[in-house]
Amino acid sequence: MSLLKVENISVFYEDFQALYDINLEVEEGEIFACIGANGAGKSTLLKTIAGILTPRRGHILFDGKPIDHVPPYKRVEMGISLVPEGRRVFPSLTVHENLLMGAYRGRKGPWTTDAVYELFPLLKPLRKRQASGLSGGEQQALAIGRGLMANPRLILLDEVSLGLAPVVIKRIYEAFPTMLESGCTILVVEQDVQHVLTVADHVACFLEGRISLQGVPSEFTPEQITAAYFGV
Amino acid sequence: MEWINALVQGILLGGLYGLFAVGLSLVFGTMRLTNLAHGDLTLLSAYIALTVVGMGTARFNPLYSIPIVMVIMFVVGYALQRGLLNLVVGKGDVQGVIVTFGLSIVIINGLQEKFTANSQRLQVGKLEKLSITISDQLSVGWLPLVIFIVGVVVIAALQIFMGRTKMGRAFRAVSDDQEAARLMGVNTRHVWSVAMGVALAIGAIGGVLMGIRTTFEPSLGSNLLIFAFEAVIIGGMGSVWGTLLGGVVLGIAQLLGSFAFGPAWSILCGHVVFVVILALRPQGFLAKTVTA
Amino acid sequence: MSAPEISLSETHTKRYSVYVATRTNLLVLGFGVLVLVILALFPLFGPTMWTRRLVDFFSYLALAELWNLMLGYAGLISVGQQGFIGIGAYTLWLFSDHLGISPLAGAVFAAIGGAIIALPAAALVFRLRGGYLAIGTWVIAEILRLTVANIKRAGGNSGITIQAVSETVQKLGTDVWYSRVYWWALAAALIAIGVTYFLLRSRTGLALKAMRDNDLAAESSGVNLWRTKLYTYVIAGAGCALVGAIQAMYTLRVHPGSAFSVNWTAYLIFITIIGGVGTIEGPIIGTIIFYVLRETTSDWGTWYFIALGILAIAVTIWSPAGIYGWVVRKWNFMLFPLQRRVRFLSPGSETGLQGETSSGG
Repeated sequence: MSLLKVENISVFYEDFQALYDINLEVEEGEIFACIGANGAGKSTLLKTIAGILTPRRGHILFDGKPIDHVPPYKRVEMGISLVPEGRRVFPSLTVHENLLMGAYRGRKGPWTTDAVYELFPLLKPLRKRQASGLSGGEQQALAIGRGLMANPRLILLDEVSLGLAPVVIKRIYEAFPTMLESGCTILVVEQDVQHVLTVADHVACFLEGRISLQGVPSEFTPEQITAAYFGV
Repeated sequence: MEWINALVQGILLGGLYGLFAVGLSLVFGTMRLTNLAHGDLTLLSAYIALTVVGMGTARFNPLYSIPIVMVIMFVVGYALQRGLLNLVVGKGDVQGVIVTFGLSIVIINGLQEKFTANSQRLQVGKLEKLSITISDQLSVGWLPLVIFIVGVVVIAALQIFMGRTKMGRAFRAVSDDQEAARLMGVNTRHVWSVAMGVALAIGAIGGVLMGIRTTFEPSLGSNLLIFAFEAVIIGGMGSVWGTLLGGVVLGIAQLLGSFAFGPAWSILCGHVVFVVILALRPQGFLAKTVTA
Repeated sequence: MSAPEISLSETHTKRYSVYVATRTNLLVLGFGVLVLVILALFPLFGPTMWTRRLVDFFSYLALAELWNLMLGYAGLISVGQQGFIGIGAYTLWLFSDHLGISPLAGAVFAAIGGAIIALPAAALVFRLRGGYLAIGTWVIAEILRLTVANIKRAGGNSGITIQAVSETVQKLGTDVWYSRVYWWALAAALIAIGVTYFLLRSRTGLALKAMRDNDLAAESSGVNLWRTKLYTYVIAGAGCALVGAIQAMYTLRVHPGSAFSVNWTAYLIFITIIGGVGTIEGPIIGTIIFYVLRETTSDWGTWYFIALGILAIAVTIWSPAGIYGWVVRKWNFMLFPLQRRVRFLSPGSETGLQGETSSGG
């Protein structure tokens, strides 16, 4: 039984259909990558899994149980944590307080503020700094750390490398093994394909709301992936 | 030197106004809701105290009723938010204004129906007249002094609550970004209801103390709202201590106005000072705005 | 002369024309003119009691249309229009009793007075937003009330009779007097409706509607938000002051407690919300409903207000477009056409109907 099963979901924004009959499965302990151009529907998928959006058709199963009517805050309790697009750190709270907010639901697990500071040492000297005063890379580290504080079984990372310097992106990806070790499955959405395909166990490519390619990255040639990405 | 007396009285009155204002500010901060019924709900506390104190065979000092009224108003606030006001949060300013204005009308007329339009007062007996003489020109009433100290203590307590507790953090997080807060597992509907409950509980302290200090009748609620609002704007939005400062400035304006022009002018003087500050420094004195 | 074309694909183009009024609208227009003539002539044949009632009716209608203009199109929430109503009443008193202007002409000065007060009021109140702006308007009204109530010459807290009005009533007789007041009230309501209608059909109107729908988008397309809000606020101030003057002529006296009463706001919020914000007909429906309720529950006292409050809350939450809005949605019908509608013409015909969509509103 897979950890997450997305079954035939279609998601609408008012009259606009953003996702068409999406099917995918994420196994526990793996890194699953969703790639695709801007507006392809990747973030929509993550928001639907997190419960912010509701699919008009189809089901989402977590650990075999349907969670379609479970509100977002309960999903966090169940072990789903979304690190949103644009980081969305709480600007008037300090770094430390942001992390504490991540632990709001009090799920037990290896992630504590100390563990997060160990994973992202750059945050440690910034503990008392207001989050609005952080750089992009620092905010991203904070956002991920905050997401981990929920001790999730499934962490959803939405475009964590957007707008960041390569050295910062590298540091984020270096954190993945530690995250997996702690019992966390990673579903990561990226526009930048190169990096993510080197670490992903499975990949799904999105094109205009549909999946154009799905499977193990090594199965595909770069040309196939480009074709699926751009729809040529 | 009688103006010094008026000045001191004004400062002390500011403590009361701070208590009125803090709840209004808290509710606006966490859910962007302007509660036009805030003053009437504060006044309601005084009426509840009246009922509580009058119950049973032994009448007791209204000061002791404060914890009871606080609990009642917390429950009222929670239920009101959860049952009604949550429906208008996030739907734009208009719905919030109309619904809370409608609520205000219901409360004012309900109070009038139940208690008549007669003036009421919560009696504390001798405590009312007790005063402390500081110099031969300056004496301070015990009650106003106590009210001021209570105001400062409550606001300090709220500040600690906001800064150090899990729920206080949640208030701030929801205020910053409610969707992100939901992603952290915050049940915003519950948090908003708690915020309203806290706001009304603090308002209850102010309402009961006010009822001890002065007479009240159903139409007073509108003025309480306006004083709270003026204190918030003068002090600066987003700052808890700001509302106390705003309350003090307003209190001083009113009482110095009364001293200079007569009691009929006190409230008007308060409004004028408010308007001047709005014109010259619309963000108030201690405003905080933070963006990511 | 041929209708403009849009291309939907290589092989299929549709012609379209933009129209505002349907045939039904034109019928209604004819009927409306008839109603207007009857209303204009009413005092000449109708019973005085009804003439007096209609003064009240048109007063509320004018207020509601103006409040609707401020809110529905400029996004300004005011709970302080009673300030202008009071100022209008007292300006009338001032011009009648102290400057010797005939009360019926004095109403014009009342409107001007309202407009003048609205300018500094706007400068202050526009520094606030949303709900706090609303309370700000209330503070302005309170300042006006308290100032006036402190002027002994104007009767202070107990108010004062407008001598010039009493004398005119004596001279003309009550019936004639009330018909004059009636015509002012009818004029006020028609002006309010007319101003709203023409303002909205103009470029400024489209701008206001755009603003209502999306502040940022409107601003970035060059609409001057601040100026448009200012005009609207000043117009509403003038109109409410006019109504205040009419009320003073109607009651023959001015009194700060009633001229500046927040009940005015309560009534017009009720009327506009029940009737529906954003349409011209909404306030008409709302005023009618308000009147019917008032007549049938006049002895309820406080319970009448409690019922009003609850009804306003319920309508706001469950039918935000008001009762008229519900009608519009159900039958796609508008009495005063303000939307631009696009009618698709079948290829080869000028008037054939293939389908309709409406935009804006």
